[in-house]
Formats: sequence, C-alpha cells, structure tokens
Amino acid sequence: MEKQKYSRRFFLSTSAMAATLAFIPVGVKAFYNNVKKLVIPLKEKMAIKLSINKAKYNLTVDTRTTLLDLVREQLDLTGTKKGCDHGQCGACTVHVNGQRVLSCLTLAATVQGKEVTTIEGLSQGSELHPMQQAFIECDGFQCGYCTPGQIMSAVGCVNEGHTHSVEEIKEFMSGNLCRCGAYNGIVQSIQKVAK
Amino acid sequence: MSETGKPINRIDGRLKVSGKATYSAEFNQPNMAYAFPVRATIAKGKIASIDDAAVKKEPGVLSVISHKNAFRLKPLDIQAQMKAGAAFLGENLPPLQSNIVHYPGQFIAVVVAESYEQARAAAYKLKVRYTVEKGATDLKTELLKSKKPKMFMGEEAQVNEGKAAASLASSTNRVDHTYSTPVEHHHPMEPHATVALWENSDQLTLYDATQGVGLTGTIAAYFFGLKPENVRVIAPFVGGGFGCKGLWLHTLLVAMAAKAAGRPVKLALTRQMMQTNVGHRAATIQRVALGTDANGKLSVMRHHTDSYNNLTEFFEPSGKQSLVLYEAPLREVTYNVAKLNRGTPTFMRAPGETPGTFALESAMDEMAYKLKIDPVEFRIKNHTTKDPMKGHEFSSEFLLDCYRIGAERFGWSSRNLEPRQKRNGKYLVGYGMATATYPAGRSASSVKVVMKSNGDVTLLTASIDIGTGTYTVLAQTASDALGVPVERIEVKIGDSALPPSPLAGGSQTTASIHPAALEACKLLRAQLAALATADPASKLNGRKPEDIGYADGKLFVTADPNKAESYTDILKRAKRNEMEACATTQPISGAGLTIPGALCTPREIPADQNSDIKQHAFHSFGAQFAEVWVDEDFGTIRVTRFTSVQDVGRIMNEKTARSQIIGGVIFGIGAALMEATEYDKRWGNAVVRTLADYHVPVHLDVPPIDVHFIGKPDPHISPIGARGIGEIGITGVSAAIANAVFNATGKRVRDLPLTPDKLL
Repeated sequence: MEKQKYSRRFFLSTSAMAATLAFIPVGVKAFYNNVKKLVIPLKEKMAIKLSINKAKYNLTVDTRTTLLDLVREQLDLTGTKKGCDHGQCGACTVHVNGQRVLSCLTLAATVQGKEVTTIEGLSQGSELHPMQQAFIECDGFQCGYCTPGQIMSAVGCVNEGHTHSVEEIKEFMSGNLCRCGAYNGIVQSIQKVAK
Repeated sequence: MSETGKPINRIDGRLKVSGKATYSAEFNQPNMAYAFPVRATIAKGKIASIDDAAVKKEPGVLSVISHKNAFRLKPLDIQAQMKAGAAFLGENLPPLQSNIVHYPGQFIAVVVAESYEQARAAAYKLKVRYTVEKGATDLKTELLKSKKPKMFMGEEAQVNEGKAAASLASSTNRVDHTYSTPVEHHHPMEPHATVALWENSDQLTLYDATQGVGLTGTIAAYFFGLKPENVRVIAPFVGGGFGCKGLWLHTLLVAMAAKAAGRPVKLALTRQMMQTNVGHRAATIQRVALGTDANGKLSVMRHHTDSYNNLTEFFEPSGKQSLVLYEAPLREVTYNVAKLNRGTPTFMRAPGETPGTFALESAMDEMAYKLKIDPVEFRIKNHTTKDPMKGHEFSSEFLLDCYRIGAERFGWSSRNLEPRQKRNGKYLVGYGMATATYPAGRSASSVKVVMKSNGDVTLLTASIDIGTGTYTVLAQTASDALGVPVERIEVKIGDSALPPSPLAGGSQTTASIHPAALEACKLLRAQLAALATADPASKLNGRKPEDIGYADGKLFVTADPNKAESYTDILKRAKRNEMEACATTQPISGAGLTIPGALCTPREIPADQNSDIKQHAFHSFGAQFAEVWVDEDFGTIRVTRFTSVQDVGRIMNEKTARSQIIGGVIFGIGAALMEATEYDKRWGNAVVRTLADYHVPVHLDVPPIDVHFIGKPDPHISPIGARGIGEIGITGVSAAIANAVFNATGKRVRDLPLTPDKLL
C-alpha cells in the first residue's frame, strides 16, 4: 500500500478552515483554493492490488472509478450489472471479503488488498452454484439483468442465515429490485437452497 | 409428447445466471471511447450560447458535440419516413439539430472522452446560456387549451362524442366520477445503452438495448442517409423494456459521437436520464359515467380522458377497454390532449388499459355496490361475447370461466358486500376484483431454420427476448415441428441481419413469429422428404410427400413406421452439410413486413386466413382478484394475496407464461400503491428522478401470486393459437386493489397511487 502523505488530522483541519472560509470574500477563498491545490495535488490515478474471483490483479485506476466500472469496463467481467449507479437497485451486488456489497458505491481504490467475488466467480468450473441452478428451475428471472445481483445477494442472504421465514428472506432481499417481477421465483430459489 | 406448453426451463437461463448473457453496454470494442450527454436545464426556450473551453481542457476529452457542430441528420419528414419504415419515433426530435429546447432534460450536447469518468466529469463543465421562454408545465392549466385528437393509431379517436348525456340522464342508476393516474416510468433494470461502430463512413453497427433491432436499424439508416442493409443492430439480450426501448434517438447521438471521434463510442444512459429521455406513461384524468336499468343491465358507458403529449402523436389511450368490455347499447369514448414541455410520453406496458381499467373497473365496482350486487355477478350480468363496437364475435373468449375459476381459487364467496366487515388483528381486510383485457395483435414475420448434417438445428429471426422467453418457446415450437429435442436446437435472435420480425411490443411476438417458425420447419421437412423420396437408396424412395410422417429426428412412412430414415442419414447421403428453409407468414389483417434486410429470400406464403379483423375481434381477457390488509392507523396497504386467471389462447410454456403474468401483476401493484413521478410546476422538471424516490415494488411488497390459464388455443389468430401475454397481466390490477381497499375500509380512492395519506 502506498505511504500516506497526509494524516486524517490534516484533512480535518483543512476542511474546518474551508468551512470558516465559506464566510470570507470570494477572492480570499480562491486564493485558499489555489494554495490547497498546490499543497494537496488532486490524485487522478492510483495503484491498487486486489483479488477478483481468486485471480490477483495489480492495477492503476482512476480515483473516481467504482469497483463496478472497474470490473465491467476494464476487466471484461460484465456479469456484474449497472442498474442505477446509486446503490438503489442492487444489480451490482458482489462479495467483498465474503460480505455482499454494492459495487457501484464502492470506489475501486477502497478494495485495496481485498478479495472480490463476482457472479463469474460463483460457480466451480462448468458446474453451477446451487443458487444459480435454483434460479433456473424456479424461473427466478426474466430479462436476466438484475439476476447476477439477486444471486450474489441471495447467496449472502443464505450465508447470513436470514432464511428462517419467507418474510425474513423478503426483508433481506428487498435491496435487490427486479422490474420484471420475478420475486416469487427468487424467494422459492432461496428457500430451496437454504433447506 | 408435445414440447409446446411444457414448463421447461429457459434455454438461455444458464447464460443469465452465470453473468454470461451479454447486454448492449457490454460489447466493449477495441479503442472505444465514452460519451456522456449534457441535458437542458430549462423547459422551453433557445440555447443562446455554448462555451466548451473548460470542457476541452479536461483530460481525455476527444470531442464536444452540440447543435453548432453536430452531424446534420436528415430532417423530419413524415411522408419520407413512412416510405422508409422510419416513421415511428419515440420523440420527433433528432438530436442536436437545432438550438430549440422542448423539455427539461433534453439532450443538448454530448462529450466524448477516453474514459467514462473523464467524459462524465467534463460534461458537467459545459457552460450553456439560454433564452428562456415560458413553458407549459401544469396539466390543469394547459388542459384549458387542449385539443381533441381526431385519430389514434389509424382509428377514430372520438367515439360517439356527446351522445351519452341523454341516456345517462334517463338511466335508473348512475355513477359518474373522476379518476386520476400519475406519470409512471418504465424503469427496466437495464438502462438504455448503445455502442456505435462505424466502418468506412457508410457502414454502421449498433449494439443497442432495443425492443426492435429492425426498427432501430431502419430509423438510424434513414436519419444518417445510409442504405438500410448497411446498418446492423445487435441485441442478443435486453434487460427489460416495457415499451421504453426501441425508438429513442440517443442511439443516433452515440452514432454521431462515434462519427465525430472516429472511434467506437459507448453511451449508457444514467438512471436519472431514464426518468426524462426515454418516455413515460402520461398522467391521466378520466371521467367515467355508467348508467344501468332497474335490473342492473348497463344501458350506457361514457369514458373521457384528459391527458397530454409532446413531440409525438401518441397519447395515453385510456378509453380502449371501454370499447371492448361489457354489453351496453351506447358508449361514448373521448379524449382531450394538451401539450406540455415535458419529455415525450410513450407506450408503457398495456398503454391505455393500465390507467383505463383502473377507472372503468373502479366505476364498475362503484355501480355494483350501488346496486348491492356482487361485483363478479354484476360483470357476468353485463358480459358480452361480441366486440360491442364492430359487432364481430371474439375469436376465442372464456371470460366467464375466468370469473368463475378466479372466484373459486381466491375464495371470493367469503367476501362481504358491505365494507369494513373483516378484520385480522389491527388490519382491515378487503377483497376486490376487476376484469383484465388487452388486444391480441399479429404481424408478418420471417423465420429461417437450418439443420446441420449432425442433426443440430438453428432457428434464426430478428426478434427480441426482453425477458419474455422468446428463445425458449421458439425452441419448443421447432422441437415439435421437426421432432428434434429442445437440447439440439439453438435460437439466434436480436440481430437485424436475420430474417425480419416485428418489434417486441404490443404483446405480439409469439403470435407473429411462431406461425413463421412452424412454416419454415414444415418447408425444411418437405425438402428433406423430397431428397429422400427421390433417392433410390432411401427406404422412402418413391413415396408421396403426404405419406410421410416425422418423429424423433426421422422421417417415416406413415402406413409403415418401420420404413424410416433419420434426417442425418438423408443429409449425409445427399452430401449436404446443412439444409435450410425460410418462411414469411402474413396474416390477412395486421401489420405487414416493412423492414427490409432478410438474409434469405423468404418464400412468401399466401396470407393465411387467420387474424382476420373483418371476421373476428381479437382480444385476451382475464380476471384479477386481490386481498389487501389496511392498517387504519397509518393508512398503509399491503396486498396479501392475488389471483389472476387469464384467457390468452394457447400457452407456449407454462413456466415462462406464468412468470410474465406474475410480472404484470407486480407492475400493477406498483402502479396501484407506489409509482408516481412528480414534476415541479414552476420549472417543469421531474423532482422524482431516481429509484430512491420512484418506488417500484420490492420483495416485501409482493405476495405469492396465483396464476391460472384457461389455455384454450385461439382457432382464428394463427395455426398456433397463442395470443400475447406480455401486457394483459397488469390490466385491472390497480382497480382490483383499489376495490379491495374500498371493501376493507369503506373509502373510495379515485387517485393513484393509493398512498397512505389518501386513507387518513
């Protein structure tokens, strides 16, 4: 991991100064901003190391790049879907260190050293994960676009043990939207796997 | 054993669950750049100036395109467009061709950069100054200057205008109320996206999220002045559509960006743009009046709709079902349409019937309550077996069975006529029902079938699977028509280079393409039989075509099934690697093939005598039953049970069909309880802009949904007998729920969605 040049305290104090400066005339503020830019240059690229589906990656990424855009646009792992880019639909759900995470709200720079699993890494070779198989059998999808996110979330839901009742499954799956309305089939799939 | 109808798993399921189904934004190209649009911040006016200096300084920026420097597309010209098959646009607004702003959010520029992040950041630095004009932003104000449209999709829009008043006045019983529905958005889970790729400046390939590859290609060819065969549109998988994917002109914007950048360009709309730039269901204000005689027989129905549009001739046809349902000697259906400076309204799942059945079926419930008749009984009493306007018999109609079976499955008999009679703890429990209906269309279609010498079969047609199951049911039809197992059949769709098919809209795909698939398979069998019967080495040598049957990958002599020969043997002996057949089927009525570019020369089958609108009326029907629990303290409504019984002709796959109806019902639950886009009346912009504030049903909103199909093939629509099922599932749902809420609480809410505030 790259050595950090500036401490958290430094950021807090400069931010506090910025807040104070909001009440100071524009000219002074511009001067402050110029000085700040000199002292803390905007970092546009960043080196990260991470593991995705058990493969190691050393990458240089735009600091604005989300984990979602990283896998879709740069690593050709397009199984993870972009539905809203705002953490509102769940289509981009992946696992980071075994926990379900919205990859659109996760900056790539923050997964430094972590283990990411996407839908492509869920199955073992050509054999589908039981959840994937259950989705096929219960018709837990129609257009298929929310499906990778639903499946990653469903696996998370089972791992977390939130499958004691239909209501509990629904509660813990409600962050994953499906506009085709495959909810009945999805809940059945999860019940099938959770047994 | 017939494959058709069996609830087999989707043949594309494995790709979809493993993340390998590829949607349009996922066709990354070498050296691809990214486009990000800039949108207007005013409702109406002109762009006074655009300053892109700051944008161009941003890292990675390749070009900034606005009306000042955009490629000049062919201008709108409805006659020329009709001739080219490109008349049907989402909005009549080719992008970046002038400085005029018609609605907030209109695309006014596009920035192309090396990366998505760079394009997005740079786009926000474009400085735009406007000359602002006063926009039309409030429906109620604009309705005062609204117009009465003459036509809707080739039919008279105003029916019996002004004729119902006298009859209503003399009716023994009357209800007359106003119902309103809000703006709704499609929001398929996959945002619209296009990757555009030029070769030699006259060859364009578009990977596009579209409901119709042929249509999108024809439109792009027209506006860029290209030969239709030089535009290829590819969409093997589309992440939902519901009416909003196909005809929007951001596709041209990407192609313009790719032309300017000299590189392949990708543009994916953001979820926020989908709230503005790709259509919506317009809000409606509907006044419905019903009159009956003393016996509860309808004597008159009147349905008037106030709505709006912009940059289109389309308007929400909420009176459609009021011309189809029930026996009533007189009915009046009229429209007023205003113009708003708002993104263009368009087709959304069951356009017309979704808001229209809310109004009509609520009014039917109000009348039944007034007459103290059970709502199911009231509908049975007023049932019609004929199209009330044209007088034709319905092609196949089992609506009374839908009512009866639905009532039994749901347990309707335990409902109380009077509201507020049933409680479960702190919840008031109510039952409601409504009729569902949607027209059944069928268009011309071409399908090619190829058989390899190893017996593998491929079906090809430029159709689309937006989640409906097109892949799977086509394989089932071919399996039966050739006697080849589904596992040996590959289906290739979603490519405009394939034999043309209609767009996946209007619930017509199955009805349209399956007759063609059937015919192509029949032709292939005939060709194989001709090879065999002419071959002295074949056991079938010398037999007449009509004496030959088929099963299990073989042809055989019907009278002597031991005399058989496999397809593979026939092909191998003839030294053929493969054999193909292509067929176009054209119903006697219905849309023809306007889209050029078939791979093979389709053998024209004379128009079949089916789908004849001069003989029959083609409609599907259904009955929707809802149970709701209402918390009186908070006004919250939960749909706890739902039964949907559907008369939609033959069922091609029980599993995928069921899913479609369930999906339709859930769409209806959304419309009933939560979906609404609100606009700022001052500036005209949508204030509901994301999935955080545009609420669609989530897992917890959805009860188990019980679906039953009548399953009787329609003998008059096609040799297959299937009508469409994509849209009927949503119709009647919001009325059934609102009626259940009345039964629970005694409160009649005539304004969707049924949010808690309306019950308190």
